[in-house]
Amino acid sequence: MQLNTPSSPHIHSGYQLSQLMQRVLLALLPAIVLYVLFFGWGIVVNILIAVVAALAFEALALLLRKRPLAPYLGDYSAVLTAVLLALALPPLAPWWLIVVATFFAIVFAKHLYGGLGYNPFNPAMIGYVVVLISFPREVTSWLPPEAVSGQVVSFIDALRASFTGILGNGIPPDTLSMATPLDHVKTQLTQNHAISEIITGNGIFGQLAGSGWEWINLAFMVGGIWLIYKKVIHWYIPVAMLGTLVLISGLFWLIDAERYASPLFHLLSGGAILGAFFIATDPVTASTTNRGRILYGIGIGLLVYIIRSWGGYPEGVAFAVLLMNMLAPTLDYYTQPRVFGRGR
Amino acid sequence: MIRQLFRYKGGVKLSDHKQESSSQPIQKVTLPKRLILPLQQHIGAPASAIVSVGERVLKGQMIAKSDGHISAPVHASTSGRVVEITDFAIPHPSGLKAPCIVIESDGNDAWCDHRKPVDDCHHYTPEQIREHIRHAGVVGLGGAGFPSFLKLTVGSERVVETLILNGAECEPFISCDDRLMRERAEEIIKGLMVMQHALVAKACVIGVEENKPEAAAALRSAISALAVEVEVVEVPTLYPTGGEKQLIKILTNKEIPPKTLPIEKRVVVHNVGTAAAVYRAICLGEPLISRVITIAGAVKKPGNYEIPFGISAAQLLEQVGIEEESVERIIHGGPMMGFALNTLDVPLIKTSNCLLVTDPNTVPLRNKQLALACIRCGSCADVCPINLLPQQLYWHSRAKDFDKAQDYNLFDCIECGCCDYVCPSQIPLVQYFRFAKTSIWQAEQDKKQAELAKERHEFRQFRIEREKAEKKARHKAKAAKVAAKNVGADDKKKAIEEAMARVKAKKQQQEANVSASKTEPGDNT
Repeated sequence: MQLNTPSSPHIHSGYQLSQLMQRVLLALLPAIVLYVLFFGWGIVVNILIAVVAALAFEALALLLRKRPLAPYLGDYSAVLTAVLLALALPPLAPWWLIVVATFFAIVFAKHLYGGLGYNPFNPAMIGYVVVLISFPREVTSWLPPEAVSGQVVSFIDALRASFTGILGNGIPPDTLSMATPLDHVKTQLTQNHAISEIITGNGIFGQLAGSGWEWINLAFMVGGIWLIYKKVIHWYIPVAMLGTLVLISGLFWLIDAERYASPLFHLLSGGAILGAFFIATDPVTASTTNRGRILYGIGIGLLVYIIRSWGGYPEGVAFAVLLMNMLAPTLDYYTQPRVFGRGR
Repeated sequence: MIRQLFRYKGGVKLSDHKQESSSQPIQKVTLPKRLILPLQQHIGAPASAIVSVGERVLKGQMIAKSDGHISAPVHASTSGRVVEITDFAIPHPSGLKAPCIVIESDGNDAWCDHRKPVDDCHHYTPEQIREHIRHAGVVGLGGAGFPSFLKLTVGSERVVETLILNGAECEPFISCDDRLMRERAEEIIKGLMVMQHALVAKACVIGVEENKPEAAAALRSAISALAVEVEVVEVPTLYPTGGEKQLIKILTNKEIPPKTLPIEKRVVVHNVGTAAAVYRAICLGEPLISRVITIAGAVKKPGNYEIPFGISAAQLLEQVGIEEESVERIIHGGPMMGFALNTLDVPLIKTSNCLLVTDPNTVPLRNKQLALACIRCGSCADVCPINLLPQQLYWHSRAKDFDKAQDYNLFDCIECGCCDYVCPSQIPLVQYFRFAKTSIWQAEQDKKQAELAKERHEFRQFRIEREKAEKKARHKAKAAKVAAKNVGADDKKKAIEEAMARVKAKKQQQEANVSASKTEPGDNT
């Protein structure tokens, strides 16, 4: 009788990497739905282009590296990178911008380092930063909510705009585009306007923060909390990062509310929530010990505030994440948990 | 008073699959014709045979005595004749062979008359009780097989505050302790009392997982029937609560550091099966010659069986009934920490607590597809009961960066398999850790050997130098003697003689060196 003798354990929970990635994608869904409601179908076109490009680049890289296609394409990691990247870029961005960003994310940031699990930097953020620096005009042309611009963007409109640069009624989308709330506040502040002055009467600001954005960000938060509940991510990084951001922005806001935006504005505008729950928690590039995760989150929160308030860019999540990525291995080494029975 | 329980970090909830085997009472098996008794069924030095081929033996007769302090004797599990003393495959992950005594049964199953039951252990000193248990060959029946008398020995300055009986039985499919507790609760409690006496332990606690309420109830009624003071505590069902150090943590909040014995923290843990074996050894005078084993998985009659040691897996499974065609794997022990047998022709021994027969329908085995990359999700660290970082250990073990792996406390890993079980990338983590550990052990051994060789070489160099110096001294003395003889001779003659002596000495030395180097290699052995 021929018997197999692999070593123990002989059973497995059945939990799979693809399931984990699918859950993260699912958690993004409510926010994407709200995104479409507020800003039209542009984001869906973004996502589609990014996903197709990401899978194509992933397949190409796997072929060149002589790796099997099916298990790696089926792990949904490239899809997740693509969706996160698409969410970071403005809707109605030209197709080539998304493809270039995806190329750098998948090929440079991921496969040149050895593929999934070996990349020191968050691929989506690398892709985003490359196009942010190379094509600042395209990356900073955001549409205002449909309610503000009065321009309804259908799926066909978005598709056409993406490939031809012209919306349905023959106007190029960049004539509609406006600065994001964060951007607007930043430029106005440099011109010595007070916060209350900047916000009052401007349609891009809603009840809590940026109009539309506030709800989308709350939806990201709901998805993120669901991920924590499902034990896909841990609470340490999001809580540390957002907590730090709220604390430090709160401190400056208390000092001078006319020169520093409120903590709520910082929390619900821009990419803080998306970054906290979905980007900073990318396990490959984040710290992996619990204490390390807290320090990592604090670092990102601080850097985001510093870059937003005093840096050259209105938003700092991508830079903050990439900078802390560099620190992650060191954090891991110095924050090892107390081993059972040791050091008491 | 309800005991406060503590929690160790990590652990996994497993579906226990115990019903199928635990619903039936413990059954007897037909005694096979041939029994193969390995000389090593325990941790420590193998026993040494004290019978010879052809000799008649009786049931319970000692056939191999302990060899050294950490060792345990082996007794005949039935009466018959010793037909062979040779190497056979034994249940061990390596699949290697080891010396065994083979007994051909005479079918009488006749006891030897060495049985000396003790009616009250309190008439004997703890030393006498320990000696008795040692002679009975009792070892830990939970799976490790550490000689029990050693764990019943306390240093003179030590006090045992808590004697814990481990009835957690946390591995899925295994239910031999459960059945034993249900059916032989009195034996267990009586054995526990003997153990308490041997250890002079202050308190006794039995930890039983919550999924075995019948066992806990049986123990409680035995305790009240015997009117003794023992606490039965139901502990949460969580793998690996049955680990000695995990159970101690739960019951006492004490953490036993790595490479440390619980006794140093005034705790001793024994398995419930061991307590029953101690009862038999002391109160019935029967040495350890049988145990209860769970047969589970793809078998016709899953359940618990009382087996004589030496029955082979094949003989037992034949009685229980398996479909050989569909069998994928036969696991000795549980699915989390057991090892797969490469042949059924192995005897079952003191540490055999379970045979798990797997086929695709009853026990879905771990998917052996290509393991994906580690994404450092940290699920492994969340479930590690030792609070290690398996993802870091894996990274460094895989890179063969063993120093780094040891920085992350590789050797504290108990190989429970929790990390492996939850890994979404299906990485065989424990296998990597075993590989790293054995590589480090191997390297240490190599280093020791290299050091020994270096020492030998250095000594040889030293000896050659010394011999040279000695020879030189001898020649100098000789030359001086000659010179002294020729005092008064003319300078020329003296010079010639001196030159001759030098040449001779040189020649001699050369010869000596040649012959010395010829004989040297032999000195190394």
